[in-house]
Amino acid sequence: MTEEAAIKVNNLDFYYAGAVHALKGISFTVAGRGVTALIGPSGCGKTTLLRCFNRMHDLYPGNRYSGEIRFDGQNILANGIDVIDLRSRIGMVFQKPTPFPMSIYDNIAYGLRLKGIRNKQELTGRVERAIQHAALWDEVKDKLGNSAYDLSGGQQQRLVIARALAVEPEVLLFDEPTSALDPISTGKIEELLITLKKDVTIIIVTHNMQQAARISDWTGFMMLGELIEFGRTDKIFTAPSEKLTEDYVTGRFG
Amino acid sequence: MTVQQRRKLRGSIALSLCTAAAGIGLFWLVFILTDVLIHGFGALNLSLFLNDPAAPGAPGGGLRNAFIGQLLITLFAVLIGVPVGVLGGTFLAEYARGRTLAQVISILADIMVSVPSIVIGTFAYAIMVKPLGHFNGWAGSMALAFIMIPVVLRTTEDMLSLVPWTLREAAFALGAPYYKVIVQIVYRAAATGILTGILLSMARVAGETAPLLFTAFNNMFFSTNMREPIASLTVTIFQYAMGPYDSWHQQAWAASLMITVFILVITLIGRLIIRWRYKR
Repeated sequence: MTEEAAIKVNNLDFYYAGAVHALKGISFTVAGRGVTALIGPSGCGKTTLLRCFNRMHDLYPGNRYSGEIRFDGQNILANGIDVIDLRSRIGMVFQKPTPFPMSIYDNIAYGLRLKGIRNKQELTGRVERAIQHAALWDEVKDKLGNSAYDLSGGQQQRLVIARALAVEPEVLLFDEPTSALDPISTGKIEELLITLKKDVTIIIVTHNMQQAARISDWTGFMMLGELIEFGRTDKIFTAPSEKLTEDYVTGRFG
Repeated sequence: MTVQQRRKLRGSIALSLCTAAAGIGLFWLVFILTDVLIHGFGALNLSLFLNDPAAPGAPGGGLRNAFIGQLLITLFAVLIGVPVGVLGGTFLAEYARGRTLAQVISILADIMVSVPSIVIGTFAYAIMVKPLGHFNGWAGSMALAFIMIPVVLRTTEDMLSLVPWTLREAAFALGAPYYKVIVQIVYRAAATGILTGILLSMARVAGETAPLLFTAFNNMFFSTNMREPIASLTVTIFQYAMGPYDSWHQQAWAASLMITVFILVITLIGRLIIRWRYKR
């Protein structure tokens, strides 16, 4: 492996409240500055796994992790971790666009203001850079004060990506970011992800195998809470070593 | 008679019964409102708003004391009731979400919404009038606040619950602590709904008489002292309508009209907010 490792998952188990064993003994390494895709049939645990990386499961009582996720020399599942700081370093974009009920500008400035940035000039500079970074600038440059709800679904999703980028995270988690979008918007988001991977490590959960094949460098195939196979995307799709993976990527089930 | 004819006959009987019932309901509604409008408009004059009551039976005078008193009592009821209701609803929908405690409080609030207001009035009497030894405006405001709290609390809880969880998660994912998520995102998303609930609860308490009879009582003189008895439109209507003087009856009509208009305006604002909200 030539890339530096951004995140190392070691023997991760996860239990939802009520002792549902949702992830079983997951271990793999996420390469830095690349796109890692997680694929698998519905209910296989790929979204559950993604939500471990920013400790989203902490929001609901009774959930339990065991094992480790090492990020920047620390186990982020440890008790003493500041999840607020963690979440500003590992951002997340959801399946449905989640614009906040405020202007486009305020949406993107939200994370920056949370970090305590008050200087108007710095805010505006970083907001504009984030919008350009998310390839949304030409569409919104004249209406930054408008409500974010006025944008189309695809624009809203890029707005949300811009909002996540504004705080300059090291990792971005995408949970089926295009499943609620039309093909043209999907294409724009995919192009965006490919350009973003130069600066950010991307982990994406997707239902769409073609999408995983198009944009990812590494792919993990999951089933029933286990990581069946993990490797280079071209290898997973052309010469998988596991029979289950082959059956899934050739569309025999799922 | 064929089956079809029988069905048609039953259908028209059902339709006539429903229409008649609607007609009867509507008739009284229109009757009451036109009566208030006709008598009320006839009794309206500038002196009503500018002067305090004349000596009993003497012509002239106005209800300035009652307008101001009503305004003060309602204002303080809102100042007490709205924060408690909104924060309580926030507790139920956010911090205690899904817990038995939240469900119990919710059910109790639902019961409180339908408790007769005279019971609330007696309660306020027992805790705020009896110990002080005399009627006072604060007791009136508290009684109205007690009526507002469950209404505002339940609407707030419902409106916050309608805000999708993914929106909160999106804010958490940016590293926001829970209180900021609530204040900056959830309140904003639910603002129109909560505001509508507040307005409707104001409309509800503006028409209450029973809880004020036991608490703020009435005052024939102009007063803004909440520690003393203070006049209100509703209690004044009660007293004037029961009184022997024609001038009192006239003023009671005018006061009825004004309070109806006030409630109408609040309800309309509430409706407009809802419509404006759901148009988008």
